[in-house]
Amino acid sequence: MTEEIRMKAEGYSLFYGEFKALNDISIDIPVNRITAFIGPSGCGKSTFLRSFNRMNDLIPGVTTEGTVFLDGNDISKEDVVDLRRKVGMVFQRPNPFPKSIFDNVAYGPRLHGTRNRSDLAVIVEKSLKAAALWDEVKDDLNKSGLAISGGQQQRLCIARAIAVEPEVILMDEPASALDPVATLKIEELMNELKKNYTIAIVTHNMQQAARVSDYTAFLLTDENRAGNLIEFGPTRQIFTTPSDERTEDYISGRFG
Amino acid sequence: MTRENFDRELEELKQKLFQVTESVRKNLNSSIKYLSERDMKGARMIVEADELVNLKCLEIEEQCLNVIATQQPVATDLRLLFSILTISTEIERIGDYAKGIARISEKIGAEKLIKPLVDIPRMEEIAGRMLYDAIRAFTEDDIKAAREIPTRDMKMDVLYNQIHRELITFVMQNPHNIEQTMMLDWIAHNLERVGDRVVNICERTIFTVTGIPVDLN
Repeated sequence: MTEEIRMKAEGYSLFYGEFKALNDISIDIPVNRITAFIGPSGCGKSTFLRSFNRMNDLIPGVTTEGTVFLDGNDISKEDVVDLRRKVGMVFQRPNPFPKSIFDNVAYGPRLHGTRNRSDLAVIVEKSLKAAALWDEVKDDLNKSGLAISGGQQQRLCIARAIAVEPEVILMDEPASALDPVATLKIEELMNELKKNYTIAIVTHNMQQAARVSDYTAFLLTDENRAGNLIEFGPTRQIFTTPSDERTEDYISGRFG
Repeated sequence: MTRENFDRELEELKQKLFQVTESVRKNLNSSIKYLSERDMKGARMIVEADELVNLKCLEIEEQCLNVIATQQPVATDLRLLFSILTISTEIERIGDYAKGIARISEKIGAEKLIKPLVDIPRMEEIAGRMLYDAIRAFTEDDIKAAREIPTRDMKMDVLYNQIHRELITFVMQNPHNIEQTMMLDWIAHNLERVGDRVVNICERTIFTVTGIPVDLN
């Protein structure tokens, strides 16, 4: 890969107590590209995605081996609040705070010290525009974030994630709770966002991975039920001529 | 295996392609037989039988499009469907060559042939064998055969050149032969084109299995 690398995992393993859930994964996440993690349920792809902003630290009994880097720095040595500002996350179910649309987006910047209302207004507008939601909510910024449609809520969550100007956005099945039109809107949005951000996405929808991502990583559990990285490469290659038979079987729906 | 319906449909498409190829191969063989025997009725049957070939090829095309639209094939499955589509076009064209030969046969009409046919039936025999082997190789993913079959196309080219030269000699000997000579040359040319199209089928077979486009011509 000749791309500039934003994040990197090196020999990364993760254990829940004694149980090894991820086995010795090394991967490069290139700058301004969308990297998709695919694989059957339980293969560890969401766990792996959460490793990029240390979300797994919150789970009791989790230990790790190997290293994850952001811009060449070991993330385990970073301040976790600072790390999560740089590496934002969007979840499967839209989870706006029970606050106004404005306050949802302003939440992160406030937390990181921006107090001035007009500065916040600028950030909110910019973020909502970047999330392709501004035109739909600009006259209703005081409306509750929970009072808009599911697709709009998810774009609000994306606006909230980008309001703190992260470098990387992690998306865990961001469209699986949305209808097809809202899904396509999120996919279009991802294409816009990658101009400014690096995106890693977990998806069960293989056509979605094929449509939106530049790179695809296929994970699969081994005989000990530990997730392994089977194949990683340009999406076009993974979906046309994968080199591993297991990848071919999975993407063509022969198992999983 | 979790996609039994899909796999069954792919298998069915391969079988349909095999069957229509067999019809075309028989038509090609009969077209030369009826030419040698000056059988006008037979020639007319070949012309009409080609309609059925065209219909079968359209049917295959429609089924491929349905499968693509409903099953979202990727990787080998997608290459296979794409190859079935392109090969069915090759087969349809080979069918047209058989029909073309039968039409020429009709044009020659009751006229006696200027010479007994030797090399033209030989060309047909090689072409028919190549066609059968190529479609078998495709349906069985036999890339070894797919690489070997195109080497036989050389023989076809040599035979065609030989026929061409021989026919020129006939015209020089007796310019009155020119019309039939040109028609026989046209027939030999049709057979030579069959060989080229069989080579295309072999290229598709290799592409389907390996994902690598090849040029065997």
